[in-house]
Amino acid sequence: MSALVQLVGVSKTFGDAAAVHAIDLLVERGKTTVLIGPSGCGKSTLLRLIIGLIQPDIGEIIFDGAKINADKPARRSLDGGGIDTVRRRVGYVIQEGGLFPHLTARGNILLMAHHLGRPENEMLARLSELCALTRFPESLLGRYPLELSGGQRQRVSLMRALMLSPELLLLDEPLGALDPLVRAALQQDLKEIFARLRQTALLVTHDLAEAAYLGDEIVLVNEGRIVQQGSLADLREKPASSFVSEFINAQRSLAVL
Amino acid sequence: MNRIRKTGKQETFRRLLLFSCVPAFLIFLSGSLAAKPVVIGSKKFTESYVLGEIAKRSLIEAGISAEHRQGMGGTIILWEALRSGQIDAYPEYTGTITQEILKRGAELTFEQIANELGKAGIGMTEQLGFNNTYALVMLRSRAEKLGLRTVSDLKNHPELKFGLTHEFLDRQDGWRPLAQHYQLNPQNVIGIDHALGYGALGKGSIDVKDAYSTDAKISENDLVVLEDDRQFFPQYKAVFLFRYALPTPAIEALRKLEGTIDEAKMTRLNAGAERTKNYARAATLYFDSNTTSTAWTGGESFPHKLARWTARHLELAGFSLLLSVLIGIPLGIWASRGGAIGHVILGFAGIVQTVPSLALLALLVPLPFFGISVRTAITALFLYGLLPIVRNTATGLQDIPRTLRESAIALGLSPAARLWQIHLPMASRSILAGIKTSAVINVGTATLAALIGAGGLGEPILSGLNLNDHATILQGAIPAAVLALLVQSLFDLLDRVLIPKGLRL
Repeated sequence: MSALVQLVGVSKTFGDAAAVHAIDLLVERGKTTVLIGPSGCGKSTLLRLIIGLIQPDIGEIIFDGAKINADKPARRSLDGGGIDTVRRRVGYVIQEGGLFPHLTARGNILLMAHHLGRPENEMLARLSELCALTRFPESLLGRYPLELSGGQRQRVSLMRALMLSPELLLLDEPLGALDPLVRAALQQDLKEIFARLRQTALLVTHDLAEAAYLGDEIVLVNEGRIVQQGSLADLREKPASSFVSEFINAQRSLAVL
Repeated sequence: MNRIRKTGKQETFRRLLLFSCVPAFLIFLSGSLAAKPVVIGSKKFTESYVLGEIAKRSLIEAGISAEHRQGMGGTIILWEALRSGQIDAYPEYTGTITQEILKRGAELTFEQIANELGKAGIGMTEQLGFNNTYALVMLRSRAEKLGLRTVSDLKNHPELKFGLTHEFLDRQDGWRPLAQHYQLNPQNVIGIDHALGYGALGKGSIDVKDAYSTDAKISENDLVVLEDDRQFFPQYKAVFLFRYALPTPAIEALRKLEGTIDEAKMTRLNAGAERTKNYARAATLYFDSNTTSTAWTGGESFPHKLARWTARHLELAGFSLLLSVLIGIPLGIWASRGGAIGHVILGFAGIVQTVPSLALLALLVPLPFFGISVRTAITALFLYGLLPIVRNTATGLQDIPRTLRESAIALGLSPAARLWQIHLPMASRSILAGIKTSAVINVGTATLAALIGAGGLGEPILSGLNLNDHATILQGAIPAAVLALLVQSLFDLLDRVLIPKGLRL
């Protein structure tokens, strides 16, 4: 089977997350799937469900053929079981980067590898490789997050997520807080990185152009439900509802003007 | 190879190790405790200090090692300390024994008192030779102007302001029955420290105060004793109380003091103590006129005393801080997770903090394990230092942004690794600030330990207060203040070592 992650009838209506209802979703291996939709539509919630930060009320989350969510949502333990093993096979990048301010860029990237006791030379080799891949100057590795620019921080965050060569990369509006020039550069770099690594990725954004540029498959979410799934052309030419047309027209590009 | 690893676990442990070094260092400075000799206690007023010194001297001259814990507090504290064996002897008065210890309304004969005390395993010497009863005193000039001579005369002057010691206000043979006996109904009665009361008399902020009839201050300040014309005050014959368990030579050394001090002599000794500001030297006056004793060199030099006070002070503050850190941080971590337990922990620590430190000491003294001891002082200071550490640890941890907590979880770090490598380092600034607050509070509050005879820099402050001698007060107050500043700057330095650089940008 080609799906790395499968969500089956997943609902989450309580707690500190935007609700999602009866979600069925496939994340195909080697492809970039983009979740798009208005703020508060529940797209970030789907990422947090997959990485086990929250547990679904009902439904199943299957990773690489194995069910990973607890049977009873009452047992909302964030630890134990196989979830930590799954987390080590998944990289997670968030909008603010999520870098730990007390650790240097190097400390952040190598944190998990140290924790797992990976050999030192192997780690350093991987680190150089990642710096080249993400175009991050190795001379800046000794800096603390506060000494880096927003774009540099996101590159470090990406390196941290990629350090253990994860099978799945989750990106929650990774470029949302960057200015347009830096954003464009990073979009280009991300596309190259995904292609070169044949990375399975699930990206959340609210920017249609970004979704179209990076995504093999676009999933439009509204009010906790998947509205339509397909390529940008599918969405534009065969909108499943008036909301799809509205959403696409609201993000008209300069070229259309 | 370890250059990079420094950001990991080892770094955290190195920091923790440094952490625990601070209190350990304070304790190390404090040096060792003295050996266990016969312990004489005394109450917090000059005459009791002097009698304590005389007893100590008498024991030492008999070849028995002895220690004097000066000014431990009031009657009940001394009595409990004696009964529980924390002290071996202390000077007391028959009237106090009847009223406060045996709690009898009527006066007992000397033999009856001795019998009653015997039941508690406590012995009593014969009378030392003087009666130090309570008296009401006024400025001579003021009394003459108003034509006051006796306590009964006060009845016609309800406008006079009474400044009475707290003990006298509370005693069963004190103010209330006295006022009833003489039908006094003054409009203005306040409680004031004994030594400070004399100053208040002189300045005219009070008109009448209670005093002891052998008080040196009576002649010094030109006061008159109002005659107890309706015989209210009971007899207060001075004796020594001691534990039967004391070795016979020690008891004999105390008994040698029987009948050797009359009122005139006691007043002279008290005056000597007030004049020289030195109890040991005043006690020497007693031996000079009584025996052909050899030159007495009991007075310690000031640097030696200062070193002893400071060492004990650091010991008190250091041990209590170490305990506060070791217990406060885990409690803070627990409290940071919220829920009912978190509320209970923070609530408990908060309540302890609201109890006045003096009251906390007083509450601990009657408990079986504690009593009059260094242990009690350290426990009280530990409890006192707990809140800032618990609260700052909890707040520091709760202030970590949710996105960062979740990033740590999403990476797959184990709960222990999250705590040690992410949460605690990120909260380190807040935790350290809490420890710093505790340390400074403890160094300051440790001066109160002298009240229960635990020593420290509070010792000179207390005796100076009692002697109304500013120089002696400053001998304790200045080093205590300097110590607090030193501790503060020590922690400022530690901030640079302990708080990760990335958080100080």
